[in-house]
Amino acid sequence: MNASYPARENWRRWKNQIVLTIITVLALLPAVPLFLILFQLFKEGLSSLSLDFFLHLPAPPGESGGGIANAIVGTIILVGLATLIGVPISVMAGIYLSEYGRAGRLSEVIRVCADVLQGVPSIVIGIVAYAWVVKPLGHFSALSGSVALALMMIPVVVRTTEEVLRLVPDILREASLALGVPYWRTVLKVVLPTGMVGVSTGILIAVARIAGETAPLLFTAFGNQFMTWNPLEPMNALPLVIFNYAMSPYEDWWRQAWGASLVLVLMVLGLNVVSRVLARKIAGEK
Amino acid sequence: MKIAYPIFRTEDLCAYYGDFMAIKHVTVQIPQHQVTAVMGPSGCGKTTFIRCLNRLHELTPGARITGKVYLRDEDILEMDPIVVRRRVGMVFQRPNPFPTMTIYENVLAGYKLLGIRLKREEADRIVEDALRKAALWEEVKDVLHRRGTFLSGGQQQRLCIARALAVNPEVLLMDEPTSALDPKATLQIENLIVELKNTVTIVIVTHNMPQAGRISDYTAFFYLGELIEFGPTAEVFTNPKDPRTEEYLTGKFS
Repeated sequence: MNASYPARENWRRWKNQIVLTIITVLALLPAVPLFLILFQLFKEGLSSLSLDFFLHLPAPPGESGGGIANAIVGTIILVGLATLIGVPISVMAGIYLSEYGRAGRLSEVIRVCADVLQGVPSIVIGIVAYAWVVKPLGHFSALSGSVALALMMIPVVVRTTEEVLRLVPDILREASLALGVPYWRTVLKVVLPTGMVGVSTGILIAVARIAGETAPLLFTAFGNQFMTWNPLEPMNALPLVIFNYAMSPYEDWWRQAWGASLVLVLMVLGLNVVSRVLARKIAGEK
Repeated sequence: MKIAYPIFRTEDLCAYYGDFMAIKHVTVQIPQHQVTAVMGPSGCGKTTFIRCLNRLHELTPGARITGKVYLRDEDILEMDPIVVRRRVGMVFQRPNPFPTMTIYENVLAGYKLLGIRLKREEADRIVEDALRKAALWEEVKDVLHRRGTFLSGGQQQRLCIARALAVNPEVLLMDEPTSALDPKATLQIENLIVELKNTVTIVIVTHNMPQAGRISDYTAFFYLGELIEFGPTAEVFTNPKDPRTEEYLTGKFS
């Protein structure tokens, strides 16, 4: 009964190796598209990156050269303004969900609304921003684009804020309350600072998401061949450059579209890396 | 039992979680400047009882209190809970210094979180005073501006005691303050409790019978939400009146 079966044991070891190899290969598959995308972008886009590309304005159609300085500035302004509009609302809603209404009916309604809003197609959000801001103002503007982007940002930030604040241990709330600190001060001065790194991570992830959105900007920010800092004027943005240049008949513009794609992806990737580092920092603190 | 100088007096105190009655008709007087141990098997309502004394109980959703609790001669259920909690401090089972604050800021949390501004010298004095009372000053005086969470568990717990003492409470409630600590840190905190009773009344929940014997002057024994026995610790331990107290003390159940 105690006899060993070396042949069988060897076969088991082999089987184990084979299965492990298959699983490892399958696990690597999802990473493949990312690297293919990056490879393609670098291959096509790297050649258009130059100092001029970052510092100059677009050249007139048909002429070669020129850069996307206005689109880089535009994306930063559009996203910055959207963050200014979206973050206060979302963080306050997140605080409400986590600290005040946890199990209440209103909270359930807010959560469902946030989830549904997140599911609204971005083109529809663009149309709504057109109706809300572009029509009343009578012209395209960066502001309307930022409103559209803020709408996309809100559900993400609301839910991450709620989740991060819920992770703040109750014993910290109790420690503060037991010192005779009112609840609202406990929330603002203990809960929020404790969860701040997580809330910022959520905001960064949302910013990274909206930075690449194109559809909400098509009939709001609209695009602009010139440099503008005025949020009430039409403004260029990286996704709009990519869209417009890729659709153009000029080969030079196609090349620039690749360059702009590379810049955009690197920006978004950078934001993701920063938010990961922050997230690791929270994990390290606990 | 009548106490000459009660700081707390409860009358027919009942505490509920929803429909569940966790504290049943407790009438007791807790003496001033003494250490009162609250003992009993798990789930008997010890923690719930002391959380009634600073109105932390009512923060649990669905929780409520009936009956009376007097702090000196004021009914705390009629008072602003914020005022009650300023006068009745609390130390929790697990050390819970604020992770975003330094040691210095943690001690001053009772002022800072309320937006009370202190002069530099005054703040320094309060911090030193509270840390000395908590027997932590010598260990941390050179690292006051490091995060409180860098300290060991026992030091963190003494930091929490300092934080509670910094606002000069009349009573310090302690909810099994040593259950998460090693024996050495436990001993330090026990010694501290005995010293502190000159300045503050202490009510301590403990699971640890020898600990209650070592540090407490009075013992309250709870069982299934009822106060079974209350009296001087020496008496309760050597000559319990109720058979359930005796059974608990001799380890028949826990």
